[in-house]
Amino acid sequence: MIKAVLIMNTQGKPRLTKFYEFLPVERQQEAIHNVFAVLCSRPEHVSNFVNAESIFGPDARLVYKHFATLYFVFIFDSSENELAILDLIQVFVETLDKCFRNVCELDVVFNYSKIHTILDEIIFGGQVLETSSAEVMKAVEEISKLEAASNAINLVPKSVSGWRTR
Amino acid sequence: MNPFSSGTRLRDMIRAIRACKTAAEERAVVRKECAAIRASINENDNDYRHRNLAKLMFIHMLGYPTHFGQMECLKLIASPGFPEKRIGYLGLMLLLDERQEVLMLVTNSLKQDLNHTNQYIVGLALCALGNICSAEMARDLAPEVERLLQFRDPNIRKKAALCSIRIIKKVPDLAENFINPATALLREKHHGVLITGVQLCTDLCKISPEALEHIRKKCTDGLVRTLRDLANSPYSPEYDIAGITDPFLHIRLLKLLRVLGEGDADASDSMNDILAQVATKTETNKVAGNAILYECVQTIMSVEDNGGLRVLAINILGRFLSNRDNNIRYVALNMLMKAVTVDAQAVQRHRATILECVKDSDASIRKRALELVYVLVNETNVKPLAKELVDYLEVSDHDFREDLTAKICSIVAKFSPDKIWYIDQMLKVLSEAGNFVKDEVWHALIVVISNASELHGYTVRALYRAFQTSAEQEILVRVTVWCIGEYGDMLVNNIGMLDIEDPITVTESDAVDVVEIAIKRHASDLTTKAMALVALLKLSSRFPSCSERIREIIVQFKGNFVLELQQRSIEFNSIIAKHQNIRSMLVERMPVLDEATFVGRRAGSLPGTASSTTAPSVSLPNGVSKPVAPLVDLLDLSSDDAPAPSSSGGDLLHDLLGVDLSPASQSGAGKTSNSGTDVLLDLLSIGSPSAPSSSSTIDILSSNTSNKAPVSPLSDLSPLSLSSRATSNAGAAPMMDLLDGFSSSPPTDSNGPPALPSITAFESSHLRLTFDFSKQPGNPQTTIIQATFMNLSSDTYTDFVFQAAVPKFLQLHLDPASSNTLPAAGNGSVTQSLKVTNSQHGKKSLVMRIRIAYKINGKDTLEEGQINNFPRDL
Repeated sequence: MIKAVLIMNTQGKPRLTKFYEFLPVERQQEAIHNVFAVLCSRPEHVSNFVNAESIFGPDARLVYKHFATLYFVFIFDSSENELAILDLIQVFVETLDKCFRNVCELDVVFNYSKIHTILDEIIFGGQVLETSSAEVMKAVEEISKLEAASNAINLVPKSVSGWRTR
Repeated sequence: MNPFSSGTRLRDMIRAIRACKTAAEERAVVRKECAAIRASINENDNDYRHRNLAKLMFIHMLGYPTHFGQMECLKLIASPGFPEKRIGYLGLMLLLDERQEVLMLVTNSLKQDLNHTNQYIVGLALCALGNICSAEMARDLAPEVERLLQFRDPNIRKKAALCSIRIIKKVPDLAENFINPATALLREKHHGVLITGVQLCTDLCKISPEALEHIRKKCTDGLVRTLRDLANSPYSPEYDIAGITDPFLHIRLLKLLRVLGEGDADASDSMNDILAQVATKTETNKVAGNAILYECVQTIMSVEDNGGLRVLAINILGRFLSNRDNNIRYVALNMLMKAVTVDAQAVQRHRATILECVKDSDASIRKRALELVYVLVNETNVKPLAKELVDYLEVSDHDFREDLTAKICSIVAKFSPDKIWYIDQMLKVLSEAGNFVKDEVWHALIVVISNASELHGYTVRALYRAFQTSAEQEILVRVTVWCIGEYGDMLVNNIGMLDIEDPITVTESDAVDVVEIAIKRHASDLTTKAMALVALLKLSSRFPSCSERIREIIVQFKGNFVLELQQRSIEFNSIIAKHQNIRSMLVERMPVLDEATFVGRRAGSLPGTASSTTAPSVSLPNGVSKPVAPLVDLLDLSSDDAPAPSSSGGDLLHDLLGVDLSPASQSGAGKTSNSGTDVLLDLLSIGSPSAPSSSSTIDILSSNTSNKAPVSPLSDLSPLSLSSRATSNAGAAPMMDLLDGFSSSPPTDSNGPPALPSITAFESSHLRLTFDFSKQPGNPQTTIIQATFMNLSSDTYTDFVFQAAVPKFLQLHLDPASSNTLPAAGNGSVTQSLKVTNSQHGKKSLVMRIRIAYKINGKDTLEEGQINNFPRDL
């Protein structure tokens, strides 16, 4: 199963963190820090796989992909196929790209609750839920619509739904 | 309204945090925001609850405490609106975890939402449950989830399937409830539901043996059919990734088949065809295709063997190894590592490709490839593999060398077909990466060199050559220095030349040059320098012409700040200057180091303490005892892990010199038991009953020593005494020949004025022993004693053996007796000559313990005594 999904920028600032296995907050921060230390010391043109046992305990593997200023990091155990996870990162990023039209770091920063919604449609409790970005988009759009409709009815202040302004 | 919470929207807060230049600024902003949120929470502000929680999630991501917002999540979840519920569930998943008791309060809300008419709210609840459900919640809510597996909307069905996985993981007892609904999902046409259904079945199989049995029996054929349809299906753009149709479903199906096929021949059999098809037909120029192949290989390796498929699988991995994509090479190596245990032979066929991966530009691939090569090495392929690795050592990255060196050393030591090859490879490694070689590795090398007597000359010459080019490699320097110290004479005289060698001309001074460079090298550490000092001492005896130069080098360290070096310098200087006569004995070549003992000692707990501060104290007034400390080191392989045997330096010396001045005088005094006699018998086997005093004595001597050599343990330091025994015995041989000629005539006649009186050294009722003394001109320390035995009884003594022992300041040579039969009643005598060297000449007089064994009519008789009445000044 997938243990965690992290998005961080090339300065090591976390942009999205989702842990599917319980970790205290301090340990989460420590893990994020350690992952970044590993990633920023890796040279270019090497494999995307890192043995993460020192950070996440036995049988932990890490796959990352580097897009512009962001690292997309998936941590998982031996029951997952590394190459497939690499494809899954691709699916995730493609979906973000469709949602935000050329997604950039700022989109992730200001819309992280939407990013969470997207992620929840792809990975569910550490398992892969959906691998078609079109399906994911459909589900996310439905939720957005519903939220917009509810907002109109409930007169919730506009500012609260940061992602609707998108 | 609270003054803090008035203004900032979520976006403004994020901007403010992003604008912070320092961590302190960020903390201040976050603190202010948290204060505002707390105030808002205290006021029970409904309007801003949603926004506050959104802010808290962001703050949580940055690593700040947010526990005060937990109750707000529950309130939001309980509120009717969808946006509130959405943020509430999101917050629930991020801010809470299954260990908090607050979570129990949410069970009821979850139950309501799982039954909500709005399917998106049901989806939110399922998602939260799938992420944070505890065992208790699992029990409470399992029926709802089970029902949702049949929900009309596929999006809910797939979420319910994954939620079920969480539930059965938390409460395995519930697994059987899910078996039937799960297998129903396998017949789904909807892609998302199918993929999650397969996943649920896989987890069910892992958790419950009954489920495994059920699914294996009922679903294997269906799954095979599904996979076949999928593999043969035409291009469907919806689920394609880079041109491959739905790789994820492929992978999930293959994984479930793996679980079903493992340990079951029938199930394995039914999936063979489709596995072969996937393995051969899948497109391989895309990552997605390779992901399927990789999964397929894993399945083939796990299910029950049908021969051909495994070879096919390993060949796929072999192909992966030459893929340009690092990731694919990486997974292939990982997989091959596992495959080695299943079918080493098939993996061996890809050795060459694996070896190429050792030279990969990617460090993690190199590391794995090296580990794999290490596993693949055996007696038959060690030579080419080691050669490749050693060649690669020259160009490898600096940070990879340590690993590579360790592996090469281990391979070479484990599988070397012969010693010369081992030594060759080790020298190459030492020249290339000597600084990375571990202590135990070069210790082992020295042990091997020491044991390969026919290669001593070759090795020392090869080292000499290597030193000329690679003097910067510390360990190479150490081994070179040690070998030159031991076998310097072979280097200079080209002894033991092998056919493959080019002759080289090395003068004695060249050899000393090497050691001098080593000792004066700036980078040399204490161990190297200490070893170089010992080597110099040894060379001073091997190369008398360089003795003075060596002494000058040694003297330079007299004032060294490091105690160890200073001490060695002073002691060695004293040995060279004042103890010419025993020097050659002290610096004898090392005895053959016992390999078995070395291995055992390495395995045992060896305190790795450096002796630089714990060198035995040498404050004894006795001149000979002084060199004890270096001698301890001489005996040990490395100067800085001298074992600390219970025996003191005195015992050691006693062992060392025990040949000539037999230890019996001491051990006899210390322990009066018979154990001393055995030693004595061993030491003085010259005239032992088994050895007739005929001309064959020399042969017996040499065979004696060679037989005993391997037996003696290294740990008790006795081998040195043994070897010096060997050499001194050998040295005695020509003298024996010399003396044989005139053994009948007393040496006193031939040796100037008989100024020394004869004494009756021992007299009993059966036997009288008289000593006649003589001195060689110009050597006042040495006394030649002619012992004459007279039989006072009327019986003939047979098997007559005389043994003698002297204290450690004396050296004793015993020549063979003239006969081992002593005729009765003074009708003849047995004579035997002894040579005693008194290192304390003028200060102490001679003293000797004797033991005479013989047989009277076949009955053993033993006489012992101590001789104190030697004339003074001998």
